[in-house]
Amino acid sequence: MPKKTFENDESTKERLTRLGRKIKNQLNDPEEDNLTIETKVRSKSNVEYDEEDGRLSLGDRYSTRKFLNISHARKFMQTMLVASKTKELVETGRTASIREVYYQLKHSVPGLDENTFEDQDESNNVVVDIETATGAIREDLHLFAEPKGRLFGPITIDDSGDEIDCMAMGTSGLAIPSIVDHYEFVENNADFILVVETSAMVNRLVEEDFHKEHNAILVGTGGQPSRGARRLINLMHNRLDLPVYVFTDGDPWGYYIYSVLKSGSMSLAFQSDRLATPDAKLIGMTMEDIEEYDLHHVTENLKGKPKDGGGPTKDYKRVNDVMEYEWMQNKDWQNQLEKMLDKGVRVEQQALASQSLEFVAKEYLPHKIENQEFLD
Amino acid sequence: MANGIEEQEIQESDHREISVAEFFEKNKHLLGFENAQKSIITVVKEAVDNSLDACEEDNILPEIHVLVDEYGDDKCRVEIRDNAIGLSKENIPKVFGKLLYGSKFHKLQQSRGQQGIGISASAMYAQLTTGEPVTVYSKQEGQPCRKFVLRIDTETNEPEIMDEETITPEDDEFPGDKDYYFDHGTTIEMNIEAKYTRGHHSVRNYLKHTAIMNPYARVVLREPDGNKIEYPRVSKELPEPPKEIKPHPHGVELGVMLRMIDNSSARTISSFLQNEFTRVGRTSAEEICEEAGIDDGRRPNTLTKDEVETVLKAAQRVNLQNPPTNCLSPAGEDLILKGLKKELNPEFTEAVTRKPKVYKGNPFQVEVGLAWGGDIQDEGSYNELRYANKVPLLYKKSACVTTKAVETVDWARYNISQSGNRPQGPLYISVHIASVWVPFTSEGKEAVANYDPIRKEMKLALQEAGRKLGKYLKRKERRKIQEKKKRKLTSYAKEMGPAIAELAGEGDPEEFENLIQNMVEADYNPEQL
Repeated sequence: MPKKTFENDESTKERLTRLGRKIKNQLNDPEEDNLTIETKVRSKSNVEYDEEDGRLSLGDRYSTRKFLNISHARKFMQTMLVASKTKELVETGRTASIREVYYQLKHSVPGLDENTFEDQDESNNVVVDIETATGAIREDLHLFAEPKGRLFGPITIDDSGDEIDCMAMGTSGLAIPSIVDHYEFVENNADFILVVETSAMVNRLVEEDFHKEHNAILVGTGGQPSRGARRLINLMHNRLDLPVYVFTDGDPWGYYIYSVLKSGSMSLAFQSDRLATPDAKLIGMTMEDIEEYDLHHVTENLKGKPKDGGGPTKDYKRVNDVMEYEWMQNKDWQNQLEKMLDKGVRVEQQALASQSLEFVAKEYLPHKIENQEFLD
Repeated sequence: MANGIEEQEIQESDHREISVAEFFEKNKHLLGFENAQKSIITVVKEAVDNSLDACEEDNILPEIHVLVDEYGDDKCRVEIRDNAIGLSKENIPKVFGKLLYGSKFHKLQQSRGQQGIGISASAMYAQLTTGEPVTVYSKQEGQPCRKFVLRIDTETNEPEIMDEETITPEDDEFPGDKDYYFDHGTTIEMNIEAKYTRGHHSVRNYLKHTAIMNPYARVVLREPDGNKIEYPRVSKELPEPPKEIKPHPHGVELGVMLRMIDNSSARTISSFLQNEFTRVGRTSAEEICEEAGIDDGRRPNTLTKDEVETVLKAAQRVNLQNPPTNCLSPAGEDLILKGLKKELNPEFTEAVTRKPKVYKGNPFQVEVGLAWGGDIQDEGSYNELRYANKVPLLYKKSACVTTKAVETVDWARYNISQSGNRPQGPLYISVHIASVWVPFTSEGKEAVANYDPIRKEMKLALQEAGRKLGKYLKRKERRKIQEKKKRKLTSYAKEMGPAIAELAGEGDPEEFENLIQNMVEADYNPEQL
């Protein structure tokens, strides 16, 4: 394999070196009695929603990670290990999956009854820390995740010199990798992008030839969309000027998926400009669909209704949480969620099969698109 | 004996004198003889208490041997020897062969025994359960050793001497056929119905508790299987002996007062009050009489019962100085610490002796000791060592004020975990009340009554000691955390040295590691709070 070099390699190297020099200087400074790294606070308290922009962004609060603070020490050590590993990757022109990095760095710490990393969540978290500490994003650090998400549709993509006709992907589709920044869109005949929450619904639409008959790019996210899928939708929308419609279950989890695609997520708020697509609209399922398509008998009851003296749990709690988010404060959304609480039900995409299998592809989606019936 | 009782029962009158045997039978549960397991502890306890009292009275470092042999079914031969000054030939039969004969009953002075009933009750128990008399050897300095074989006449409550012998110390040994030598002392042997057991309620535990509170005594126990346990002496200093005091007017009851009047030769009430009570001078005596509205010049024996009661009540209202507290003999913090250390080998000990206090005219004093860690096993709940006048209390723990006091303390504040209200962990708590009049919950003298002033004193003492323990544990915990932190950071430094060199693109990994280690070393402070 040829060496992988990216556009940002020089600046990435510089960013990582700067972090290393900072630690080195602290070590050589006799006045300095601790080692510190500054990372941005990545909790809800430091996430801001820009109404005009329609995106989440990270605020300016920094937290200082101190090596001699026993609750920081382990993470500090891990940060050094992962940062030096990524620098090695950039310098040697290789890429690695975050899982590979985890296994490369995991070993028992001599003298202690613990490993450098106990599970991949630990190393994944450290990667995001390094992103905010250095300003270099995961892709720049030569790290990628497992592919997640599938794509079908009338678009041809150049990936490292190979052209991929996404109309000729059979029933499998293009597996969306975690790094898509190098994609070139060679040819595009699509009219819109339809993002679909569940894999089963993607299969249904492909079987009904929806993408062919409606010139649609179908993106299946398989639940919460990965960084790669979000970046790809963002790129296609911006470069090809395609509208984005999001098709999820009619429940708080589905609506949150929509909100992540549209405005960004809290944990990756610092990358919303690359990952979020504020123009995305929700096509369904809505609470009105239950009336319109007579789905009363195929709804599911929401779980976790508050009982005497107790707060809501499960679905009910999630509805309340989503209603609280600053970026869900417009009237239509509040309305939608209130209706959900009133009815006490959720409705899945697959509920449409109660009419007929092809109903979703032949009636439901075409009707909504034709009448521009969206939630924004 | 059984005949005697039957004969009495067929008499017509309802009123009759009861025999001591009958008295004993009816009251043996109060006297500690309700079952075979407890009885042997009681026998040992009564003898050992007497021995310790006797030794302390004459400033002798106590040397006490307890020998137990099993014979037959549930029968034991028990022998207790001491090195006190010994008893006179005349006293021996009465001390061991007559109930309610004692030297301490009439004294207001702290002592272990009180009523002169314990050791003779043991003899009674022996006689009733095995039919055998008790054998006593006693030797005073420079005198030959006297041997008595005694029974109690259950009709008359008088000793019956079955055999008497003077053993001439030919070869300077006392008693002649024993394998040890004391120049003076007393030995008692008796055969009793008994069950020798191990565990909390056992002779062994009783002696261990005794040894902790009396570390100036050397106690040796030989168990039935030949196992020999020595509780060594670790102090050659006896506690200050208690002084005898007269009663304080705030602490006497009407009956006692009437008896005192009977026995007094005072010519006037005023002089009666001044002579027979402590802390009553001429002014106070006059004040009491004036308060009672009774002429202070009257002869005491002309007062009616009601008038005496009026005087007594008046005395309660008159402000009197507290009684002197030199009638108390606390062990003292030093001895408590020594006792805990030698028997428990703990990591931490603390002792607190409170100043004497007065409750209803009776002085009392509370002392506590804490022992934590070391050889003490963590058995979940703490272990309690309860003492009244240095005598261990093994029974009725939950009814005792000591336990109540322990339970009112917020141990969590002192880094001791609690389950329910009880502290947990490898912890011994000893609580001692010294008083001329310990308010026991019952005649069995097994638990001290839960009186507010006493519990309050105990709580304060426990808190004072608890704070010290808490401080120690906190420091220990900190040290542990700091050491753990240092160990972690030291290991992390080894990981980080090479990573920093790679990241910075320059520098020596080992040098970086050393610099981090220096930083970790500088940060380490085991005393840091």
